[in-house]
Amino acid sequence: MKSYKQTHLQYLETESIHVMREVAAQFERPCLMFSGGKDSVVMLRLAEKAFYPARIPFPLLNVDTGHNFPELNNFRDKRAEELGAKLIVRTVEDAIEKGIAVPVKGELSRNRLQIPTLLAAIEEFEFDAALGGARRDEEKARAKERFFSMRDEFGQWDPKNQRPELWNLYNGRVTPGQHMRVFPLSNWTEMDIWEYIGQEKLELPSIYYSHERQVVRRGGQWLPVNDLQPPKENEEVQTLNVRVRTIGDIMTTGCFESDATDIHDIIAEVSAARVTERGGRADDKVSETSMEDRKKEGYF
Amino acid sequence: MSTETDRIELLRFTTAGSVDDGKSTLIGRLLHDSKSIFEDQWESLQRSADLAGGAEVNLANLTDGLRSEREQGITIDVAYRYFASPRRKFIIADTPGHVQYTRNMVTGASTANMALVLIDARNGVVEQSKRHAYISSLLGIPHMVVCINKMDLVDYSEERFREIREHFHSFIPRLDIRDITFIPISALKGDNVVESSKEMPWYHGPTLLGHLEDVYIASDWNLKDFRMPVQYVVRPLRDEYHDFRGFAGQINGGVAKKGMEVAVLPSGKRSRIKSIHFHEETFGEAFAPQSVVIQLEDDIDISRGDILVSPDNLPYTTQDHDANICWMHEEPLALGRKYLIKHGPNLTKVMFREVVNTIDVETLEEQDFNKGMGLNDIGRVKFKTMVPLVYDAYKKNRNFGNFIIIDEATNATVAAGMLRSPEKPAPVPEHRDYEI
Ligand SMILES: Nc1nc2c(ncn2[C@@H]2O[C@H](COP(=O)(O)OP(=O)(O)O)[C@@H](O)[C@H]2O)c(=O)[nH]1
Repeated sequence: MKSYKQTHLQYLETESIHVMREVAAQFERPCLMFSGGKDSVVMLRLAEKAFYPARIPFPLLNVDTGHNFPELNNFRDKRAEELGAKLIVRTVEDAIEKGIAVPVKGELSRNRLQIPTLLAAIEEFEFDAALGGARRDEEKARAKERFFSMRDEFGQWDPKNQRPELWNLYNGRVTPGQHMRVFPLSNWTEMDIWEYIGQEKLELPSIYYSHERQVVRRGGQWLPVNDLQPPKENEEVQTLNVRVRTIGDIMTTGCFESDATDIHDIIAEVSAARVTERGGRADDKVSETSMEDRKKEGYF
Repeated sequence: MSTETDRIELLRFTTAGSVDDGKSTLIGRLLHDSKSIFEDQWESLQRSADLAGGAEVNLANLTDGLRSEREQGITIDVAYRYFASPRRKFIIADTPGHVQYTRNMVTGASTANMALVLIDARNGVVEQSKRHAYISSLLGIPHMVVCINKMDLVDYSEERFREIREHFHSFIPRLDIRDITFIPISALKGDNVVESSKEMPWYHGPTLLGHLEDVYIASDWNLKDFRMPVQYVVRPLRDEYHDFRGFAGQINGGVAKKGMEVAVLPSGKRSRIKSIHFHEETFGEAFAPQSVVIQLEDDIDISRGDILVSPDNLPYTTQDHDANICWMHEEPLALGRKYLIKHGPNLTKVMFREVVNTIDVETLEEQDFNKGMGLNDIGRVKFKTMVPLVYDAYKKNRNFGNFIIIDEATNATVAAGMLRSPEKPAPVPEHRDYEI
């Protein structure tokens, strides 16, 4: 008698692919948010598998904050071209010019400005569903998130008005103006992501691996030095071997000292890691509830 | 990749317990002792312990306990949590146990391989323990583990453990539970959670984590009756795949084999499996719950919602249905009103005809005098769908006998249900197209 067993990665893959196919079938104009970050690399792989040998039946959407790591943008463009996928990029710069996004004086990170930019793009293309790579294990506030998460005209998430989700039956019905954020990776952990990248031999932007970079110590972490973020007077610029574990705004993404040069090194490092993934992002440190607040406003 | 990760399976379990039974402490203990807690989380726990003036870190604070959620006005809901041991990965569906959260318990139970029922050793079996056991049985969770907690407060007494176990056993015959295990623990002190207890030498069974790692789950899926609802038709429209026409779906039951005869329902037309694909690979066979793409030998008109099944073992195809449901919305069920039903990829209209009975979730007795179904009610209903549904009884296949009900006006998901065998199973007509 054969044993018909799935490994945990096969189970997660199966589940995510089921969700992606539901999106393709239930919605008229879905898009896939693709930043080039590790979660969206996995998303792209799953979308590729879900519809193979057909092409991915939705465009890729990226909000460029102008604070993206250049390595990330190059990688993003390259992958879209390789897959023959349509890539739509909307920039925060442009949204500021049009008055859609309004910066506040002294605001360093562009996370907040990403929100109106994204919503404007969703409106522009009349997307009724946006696939995102968020995971429930990232943050306490996400532990209750649905695979299919309803947003109103203002992109707002109402935690009190979410639909119950049972088995693998997803209710994707929306009325005009509303849209659905869909999170096929809900049940994946950070470790699953790294293991899957290893298993599938997926290419990642180079900054995930150890590289030499100029950094300064600020707020208890190593921040990259660049034109947007020159060192302050009393700060000492150091050149270290670092990598990033999760990528956000270049102004707030902390780097880790690391010699991990391939995926196996990273998995070993993550297994031994003593700080959660988001611990390296200054934007979350502002307050315990900052993620929940940003989520309600339409951030992922 | 290493062969280590190749073999790791995933187990999903649901927890429920009354407030103060120690559910948050237990989950915190599992996360902590399995080293799924990171330094920054631990530091913030210590910080709050210092603030509270307590010397010891409160493991319960790792999760937002029900009490603190209530105080902070956070939505009470199912929270999903993740941890791993070297042998398995786990997903916990953490649900509140109180009667007003029955719908959350049902939601958490729908995807679980195992139910973890928590009992305070001082209080013994209470109404909520029974309700959780009942919901687990109704939702067809294959395995149950009953953790008798706070053993440290009853002097680690074997007698007390046996007493509670016997009490629990006394109402099991009314339920449909295949596999049940009892474990005496102390979530606070860690006895029998990850490490074996030194205080209870009379207990020779596994620790909770040991049991979670060992329970056999591969047969939790129905692997006998092949069923695959077509979710999406894959047409590459590329020269190299000119004639490719694949039916994509998640296998809900059984095993698909290359060359095997299949019936396409509801039309009843037959063909054979030409090939099974997943990405760049082709397979000789595929099994539940894999997501695959199947090509058939004959050019039959098939679209989303058609079901591929093994022909010597047909599911029901009927318009009149009998089911258990849990109502999940403030607005009660209205007989005679039209709703939508989602069964697999199919969405059609439905009208409820009768509430046969509701279950008193305190006593587990059926009551046929209360004919209404409101929020959190569980009961048996009869209804008719606009087009026939193709299905198996939920008892036979959890993933092919399940459905949700949607309010047409608001799009809210208002109920979840489990189909029973129809009164007179109607034979499936061959080669007949239904009017829609
Ligand atoms: N003595 C003892 N106390 C426990 C045990 N488990 C939990 N508690 C205590 O019981 C109280 C309620 O626990 P908590 O985990 O918050 O319960 P919940 O409401 O079910 O999540 C807390 O004060 C815990 O410290 C145990 O095994 N032994």
